[in-house]
Amino acid sequence: MIKTAISVRDLSKKYDNRLAVSHINFEVPLGTVCGFVGPNGSGKTTTMRMLLGLITPTTGQGHILGEPIEHPEKYLSRVGAMIEGPAFYPALSGHENLMVLAKLGGFPIERVQILLEKVGLGDRGKSKYKTYSLGMKQRLGIAAALLPEPKLLMLDEPTNGLDPEGIQEVRALLRDLANEGTTVFVSSHLLSELEIISDYIVMLRKGEIVFAGPIGELMAQQQPTIIAKSLEHSDLQKIVEIAEAAGHHAVIRNDSVHVLAEMDWAPVLNKAAFDAGITLAQLAPQLPNLEETFFEMTGDK
Amino acid sequence: MLHVISAELRKLRRPTLFLGTMAAVVFFSGLFSALLFLLIDSPQGNSDRGRVVGREVLGLATGGVQGFASTGGFLGIIALCVFAAQTAQEYTYGTLRNLLIRQPGRLKILIGKLVAMKIFALVMIILAAIIGIVTSVVLAPGAKVNTDLWFTSSGIEAILTSFVNVTISVVGFGIIGMVLGLLLRSPISAISFGVLWLLIVENLLIAVKSSLQNWLPGAQLNAIASGGTLDLAYKNALVVGGIYVGVGAIVASILFVRRDVAN
Repeated sequence: MIKTAISVRDLSKKYDNRLAVSHINFEVPLGTVCGFVGPNGSGKTTTMRMLLGLITPTTGQGHILGEPIEHPEKYLSRVGAMIEGPAFYPALSGHENLMVLAKLGGFPIERVQILLEKVGLGDRGKSKYKTYSLGMKQRLGIAAALLPEPKLLMLDEPTNGLDPEGIQEVRALLRDLANEGTTVFVSSHLLSELEIISDYIVMLRKGEIVFAGPIGELMAQQQPTIIAKSLEHSDLQKIVEIAEAAGHHAVIRNDSVHVLAEMDWAPVLNKAAFDAGITLAQLAPQLPNLEETFFEMTGDK
Repeated sequence: MLHVISAELRKLRRPTLFLGTMAAVVFFSGLFSALLFLLIDSPQGNSDRGRVVGREVLGLATGGVQGFASTGGFLGIIALCVFAAQTAQEYTYGTLRNLLIRQPGRLKILIGKLVAMKIFALVMIILAAIIGIVTSVVLAPGAKVNTDLWFTSSGIEAILTSFVNVTISVVGFGIIGMVLGLLLRSPISAISFGVLWLLIVENLLIAVKSSLQNWLPGAQLNAIASGGTLDLAYKNALVVGGIYVGVGAIVASILFVRRDVAN
């Protein structure tokens, strides 16, 4: 019995002399939500295209739902995907566009209206696609990806153009699908969104894997920060000196001191500051979020 | 395969495309047939390129389909535009990736599309045939053309032969359009190149060197629609035209199957 929805070994794609994706390896377990993150041009979409049989890898192997990516016909009927934004025929209605894809894939046409309702386009299904807002187009793209009742859903930036309410709806939808057993492989530049919904993270930079594994494991690798604020701005430098004297790296950022130290060192700092005559206005331990972790690991900020 | 055909037909049946194309077919096939009879005594001729088609020719068993057969080239241009646009738009809209995700068999997509467009072309040809023949029947008495032979067994055979020839020609033009769409991946480029070549470049080349009409693709397909011309034998047109269409289709198919879909 297969345990991974996606498995990639030494996968590369070279365009002329440029390696868009360089010998990457990762696995995505079945039934998880996996965030696929990386800066623009890092190779996320190229990887997704290779996994969907749209482009041929230069080297390496991949398996989707246990089937080799050289034979997309063996697995694509169980995969839903939206790559590089929604793409539909402008002169057809949303309903007609989904009907084209339902007919093509041999899916029950009754699903079209059900899915339009599910993504909140039930009352706009008969309108032409060219009249849709970006958010509506995005919703239609998600509906199209759900047509085959997928075991694996691959979405490239699905929340682009959605308002906060729409983003929340998509987040809930993806979580529900995962709870029902669908594996979700989703790329997004909204790392805070991915942090909320992902169990797994695959991090890409310049075509290479920076991290691939459970999100908990990633965050555990990161050192927590203690944020200290003093009543007097002039005391911030003294706090830095106290932290560094104890062997912790500390910097002043936005009227506060960020000290790289375990949470249990916070009371020690509090006492040391008090002894030095400094009144702290705030002392808060803080774990780095995915965005900070991402920037730290990719060195992009 | 049936799924691909069915999906493609849904796109082709949209009112602006279907009704717009059929309206043009009705208008021009009616016009081409009407001019044969209305200008029968005109010294400038009553057929394409100023040719004169007299009462004796129109009174033959083949007279009833003269107008329809002369519409073949025009129907071919329409087919070229429709086939090219329907193929190339998948690249410009980015919808090709949706199609390939739902049906990864690329040859199935290509053949299914072709079959669906052939069905569209067939509807167009049947409509043109009906309008052409009806117009001829209505206008023949006024032009003093004898129609006695039109619906004899020879006349019916002429109608069927003409229908088959026009269909071969139109599908040939359509496949050339599809090939251009696949190669150029832009409806505007594919249609512009195809129409400019067929309507202007070929005519200029033939005007400069008349023997070229034995070798140029548009001339072959036009000759097939007319069942051959005085200058271009039907069999020659069928062989040379078939080579153009066949080689083009093979090259485009190989490209379509192997090319990365990166947009």
